[in-house]
Amino acid sequence: MSKSAFDSPGITAVVGPDPEGSPISQTDESPAIAAIGITRTFPGVVANDHVDFEVLPGEVHALLGENGSGKTTLCKILTGLYRPDEGQVEVNGRAVRFNSPRDSFEAGVFMVQQHFSLVNQLTVAENVVLGWTRHKRFWFSARRVEEEVAASAEQFHISVDPKAFVWQLSVGERQRVEILKALYRDVRILILDEPTTVLTPQECEELFASLRALAGAGASVVFVTHKLPEVTAVCDRVSILRQGRSVGTFPISEGGTDLRSLARLMVGRDVTSVRRSSRRLPEETPVVLEITGVSVSNQFGRLGVRDVSLQVRRGEIVGIAGVSGNGQRELAEAVTGMQAHALGQVRVADRVLRNESPRSAIDAGMAYVPEDRLGTGLVGTLTVSDNAILKSFRSSRFCFGPLLRGKIVSSYTDELLSRFDVKGTSATLVRQLSGGNAQKVLLAREMSSDPKVLVVASPSRGLDISATENVRKLLIEAADRGVAVLLISEDLGEVLDLSDRVAVMYGGRIVGVVDPHVVDLAQIGLMMAGIEGSA
Amino acid sequence: MIRLERRVATPGWVFVAVPIGALIVALILAGVLLVISGHDPISIYRQMAGAAVTGPSAFSATLLDATPLLLAGMCAAVAFRMRVYNIGGEGQLYMGAVGASGVGLALGNEPAPLVIASMIVAGMLAGAAWAAIPGLLRAYLHTNEILTSLMLNYVAGLGIYYLIFNSTSYWRDLSTPSALVFPQGKTLSPAGWWPAVHLGGTVVPFGFLLGLVCALGLMVALRFSRYGFQLRVIGGSTQAGKYAGMRTRTAILAVMLISGALAGLAGASQVGDFSHLLDPTGLQQAQWGYSGIVATALGAFNPIATVLGAIFLGALINAGFTLQSATFPQGLVGTMEGIILFCVLSAGALTLYRVKFSLSGGWHLLRAGSVRSRHDTRTERQPLAGEPAGTLGRLATAVSEEQAGTFPPLSKGLSEAP
Repeated sequence: MSKSAFDSPGITAVVGPDPEGSPISQTDESPAIAAIGITRTFPGVVANDHVDFEVLPGEVHALLGENGSGKTTLCKILTGLYRPDEGQVEVNGRAVRFNSPRDSFEAGVFMVQQHFSLVNQLTVAENVVLGWTRHKRFWFSARRVEEEVAASAEQFHISVDPKAFVWQLSVGERQRVEILKALYRDVRILILDEPTTVLTPQECEELFASLRALAGAGASVVFVTHKLPEVTAVCDRVSILRQGRSVGTFPISEGGTDLRSLARLMVGRDVTSVRRSSRRLPEETPVVLEITGVSVSNQFGRLGVRDVSLQVRRGEIVGIAGVSGNGQRELAEAVTGMQAHALGQVRVADRVLRNESPRSAIDAGMAYVPEDRLGTGLVGTLTVSDNAILKSFRSSRFCFGPLLRGKIVSSYTDELLSRFDVKGTSATLVRQLSGGNAQKVLLAREMSSDPKVLVVASPSRGLDISATENVRKLLIEAADRGVAVLLISEDLGEVLDLSDRVAVMYGGRIVGVVDPHVVDLAQIGLMMAGIEGSA
Repeated sequence: MIRLERRVATPGWVFVAVPIGALIVALILAGVLLVISGHDPISIYRQMAGAAVTGPSAFSATLLDATPLLLAGMCAAVAFRMRVYNIGGEGQLYMGAVGASGVGLALGNEPAPLVIASMIVAGMLAGAAWAAIPGLLRAYLHTNEILTSLMLNYVAGLGIYYLIFNSTSYWRDLSTPSALVFPQGKTLSPAGWWPAVHLGGTVVPFGFLLGLVCALGLMVALRFSRYGFQLRVIGGSTQAGKYAGMRTRTAILAVMLISGALAGLAGASQVGDFSHLLDPTGLQQAQWGYSGIVATALGAFNPIATVLGAIFLGALINAGFTLQSATFPQGLVGTMEGIILFCVLSAGALTLYRVKFSLSGGWHLLRAGSVRSRHDTRTERQPLAGEPAGTLGRLATAVSEEQAGTFPPLSKGLSEAP
């Protein structure tokens, strides 16, 4: 569908959201899929409140909203995983009622979930035909299926080997398998739930190209995201949800879309991006975290980190950039004692840490915000107050002999929650918190230990704009108070915005250290790809 | 159609109403079975109640059955709560019986308090030692403790059988000619017989009192002590425990040892309270170790509620024994017990979920009508305490996507870093 079909003004001209949430764009074409007045409640919450949403044939349509704005619920209703309490779903202008995802893909609607539903022990082709084959016959011919899948893959320029086992594939390739599943079923409407969260920038580009090709062939793509640049990069129109309500649908104008007003519509207020101002530390600032010649074996027994040396000074934020899987995770875990390092030494303020001892790192004044928040950094099945004292429960403040002082712990937690502006009470289970609030609890605990060093890994991954803003502010505040911060993130923008120095990792080595305020993006890109190792 | 919806908060009365409701449903279902097989349900239920609770010395008999169930139940509760799935309570119980009877026999006619205390200690140590095998394998080699502890049950079972039937061991009675033909264990001297406490007309076995003390102690330790805190953290996530600087291996081993010690105590109590000798066939037929898992499941793996679960299951088993007769076959007893346990255990889901009924295709047909009713139910739902309205939307995904269950599933939940 062409963008000129809309006479509505570009996004910059939209003054305010329509509070009733009626779609702005009008068209003669009947939508490929439409949700009309959808309401769905869960105990205690209204996830979708009379939401209207429609997607035209041949367009890539972004569904934009913060975490918890009801995007995923809406998609699950569109594919029959949930049933709406009110309202209806129409496909090609006809009301449909899906009792299961199978009904939905037989009607041509398919959703690629955030967490893939692939069987690792099966091949790509076997996964694609899992649950549905084109031929209803008893015997399963692996070769025939492989040929068919290969043909589908070729048609849409998706490069995956149908004979490969899923466990051999990278995350990006696994996602392609999911898309291939949809294509094999001749799906007309493809819904992707936050597809780029797990992809590298290059893989994102490939995904976008496939989506454009699909739309070009007349299919509709619903692209669920909370990342604004992706909306303008690949989508024709965007529908925005906020707190379970539709805010409106807007066309993306060529080059003229104002990200700032999109962000405002999504968040409901003005958003400023938090950056660290360029500054120079005096030469005599003491080094607090010193990593010397550290090598770490990864889970396959090979060296994941090779001879890395790095120093972080008091009040400095050092970023580590790199494509995922180049040793960042192993480095973070070795530095914080979660994983053993084969060679080298980690010092915090002249104190050498014991190898593979998180306790020794904690005692030396190191705080750590791991990439895996719920599971490593926090325990989801425990309350906020249990999590708040996860590392400090031994201190005499919280203990009375062998017993914990419950009242003191909960009043301490309440104070922590209000200081860091976390929504929730000390008795709330952590898994009931939103991603942003959980991350705040984690940061609050780590900051409150008054650390000398803070190691953070992917601190804003999966968080929405407001939560990201908060996390960034907290990191900058920490550095301003004199904490040495080691920031490891796959989000290059984040590393560049926050760091005083950026070390680029490739193949387990640091290939160069650059100044983020002067560096050329192309140069950093080449370093991340391992092509150029200069600094 | 019927929809299950997760509860945000479970009101207190549900925990009482659900088991009672389930019991009523079970009695109706079992009643149908009884009518079909030509029995009068009302008189059967009256007989059961008489045998389990109301009849003379019935409740004493029930408590005698509840004693090993309580101790073995806590063996499972401690471990399962920490996601260490010790299925080896059965074998640890046998070992406890071996240890306690061995020490009891060796001490002979020493003063009773000394003999009894030594039996308790020996039983617990023996159970803990047997549990240490799967515990060490699990903590240091990441072996699946479900399999290893289960297999060791068979080893222990054959072991005690050997002690009495296939050898002239210290435990075997060789004093009379008939004992040589019909092998049995040596009986303890009365100094090793555990005292029973008489409360009104009810005889409470000493082991049951020990069980109550253990239940209280465990409750306090798990909920209020920092050791319990560590176990909760590690049970929730081993990685998080490591991250917080805890010794995760030691903790897993400690859980296994405590669990084994409780099962061992159950074995000691079987010797001290009940048989006064090592009785392999009796122990193996009773299967207290496995039934203990059911007892604690009835009490949702809570040590205090396990007491009630053990008494309930004890009553059921006791009633079953009495019911059995020429006209009432053992199979029918088993089936009835199965129906009752099935109903009560599966009803536990209702404390986590609420059932919503709506007519099929409700949102098409009854659009206007359903709007109203849903708004009504919405006001009745409790928002999370302290949550301002603005965050409700955000919580939506968190709540809806969250997996069910306050208690972790019986799958291998603890995966340590590979």
